[in-house]
Amino acid sequence: MEPETTQERAKLNRELAQMLKGGVIMDVTTPEQARIAEEAGACAVMALERIPADIRAAGGVSRMSDPAMIRGIQDAVSIPVMAKCRIGHFAEAQILQAIEIDYIDESEVLSPADDVHHIDKGAFAVPFVCGARDLGEALRRIAEGASMIRTKGEPGTGDVIQAVSHMRLINGQIRHVSSLRDDELCEAAKELEVPVGLLRSVHETGKLPVVNFAAGGIATPADAALMMQLGAEGVFVGSGIFKSGDPAQRARAIVGAVSRFDDADYLAQVSVGLGEAMVGINRDEIELLIAERGA
Amino acid sequence: MTTAILALQGAFAEHGAMLDALGEPWFELRSAADADRGFDRLVLPGGESTVQGKLLREEGLLEPLGCRIRAGMPVLGTCAGLILLARSVVGRGPDGALAEGPGTFSTLGVAVKRNAYGRQLGSFHASAPLDGGAVVPMSFIRAPRIIDRAPDVRCLAEVDGWPVAVQQGSQIAVAFHPELDGDPSIHELFLGL
Repeated sequence: MEPETTQERAKLNRELAQMLKGGVIMDVTTPEQARIAEEAGACAVMALERIPADIRAAGGVSRMSDPAMIRGIQDAVSIPVMAKCRIGHFAEAQILQAIEIDYIDESEVLSPADDVHHIDKGAFAVPFVCGARDLGEALRRIAEGASMIRTKGEPGTGDVIQAVSHMRLINGQIRHVSSLRDDELCEAAKELEVPVGLLRSVHETGKLPVVNFAAGGIATPADAALMMQLGAEGVFVGSGIFKSGDPAQRARAIVGAVSRFDDADYLAQVSVGLGEAMVGINRDEIELLIAERGA
Repeated sequence: MTTAILALQGAFAEHGAMLDALGEPWFELRSAADADRGFDRLVLPGGESTVQGKLLREEGLLEPLGCRIRAGMPVLGTCAGLILLARSVVGRGPDGALAEGPGTFSTLGVAVKRNAYGRQLGSFHASAPLDGGAVVPMSFIRAPRIIDRAPDVRCLAEVDGWPVAVQQGSQIAVAFHPELDGDPSIHELFLGL
């Protein structure tokens, strides 16, 4: 076989994200939870030691998980396994690549390791997903080599408002860029602080050049359907499942809701009798705004 | 003629774009009610076969679609779609050990091994002649491998000695993603059935 080029690897990594579309990626902390998630229909799992709600409660510095813990989850399921590293912590990313993780989330949920630079993701063979609040952030992450984007939302809160706001902003900005004249793109790229080539691609296609999922605060099938109707191509559910009364049933319901997001009769069926949702925290009741980490 | 594209999860929109380019009408099939609409062909797209298999069962789609496939309706399965069609699937069971089990539709006389090339770092591009004709580009994403096939399952293309595209009657299944590389050869073959 011919040696692979960086462009080929980047294409394969964007293509894996395409295969996850219409699916739910669930945070799990143990092999047992990973099996529950796979059984319930997760299209991938995010292996981490503590889910965002517990990270929030515990405080302190939050880091990449123990590789042995991640391996335990890789051995437990057949679906792709993702794991988080800190923003800018390329050594943590190297470790995750060494254990053959399927996707790295360079995540604001962990404590940032660099307040200026994100990881040079194009230097890695393994794919990255990154959070974004607006089109500028999304395109900067893609310029650095991210092959998938998700909204930041406000993780660990069970409050969907930030994910909604980020998704509306990104898609609104995309509509605006699509409407520009060609000779206005350079100035728009300057304002958004993004490479003009990437902005031109958004202008021509009317969408991001990579898959865009919703994340942060999604707790119910209705939340998931809301994000899909707002243009998300799939959802991440963090604390929402394993902090609820009946995780397996809630997980199944959210998987169904993402697949049939515009069928209200179906959504009414799967929303019945799910037990207690995670106890939410409102955005204005929290002290630490995770979404503001890394821009 | 109209093609239904199974749209429970995965890269179904990409198949739609390919069929648009070929001028073939299509719709997204998500529910038992959709399965009652008129269609002549079925595409099973890439994605996660565990998710798609589970939703097929829950939506009550397994029986009606399986019946039509067995009755000879043309079907194209790509990657996860190949796994759904296969008679036998080798993969990791709930206890973590490799195990062989029945497929989902179980209509195609092949055994496949899931994730046979490893994790995402094992994903790769290749190209090979299709049915002795033109060379087609192929993206293998955490791909399955066809490890065994019945005598009447014809190999249409192979990579490294393994069959990566097969046909049995009106079923075509491939381990790669013809919807991603802009080459319409596989879809043309399917529409010609």
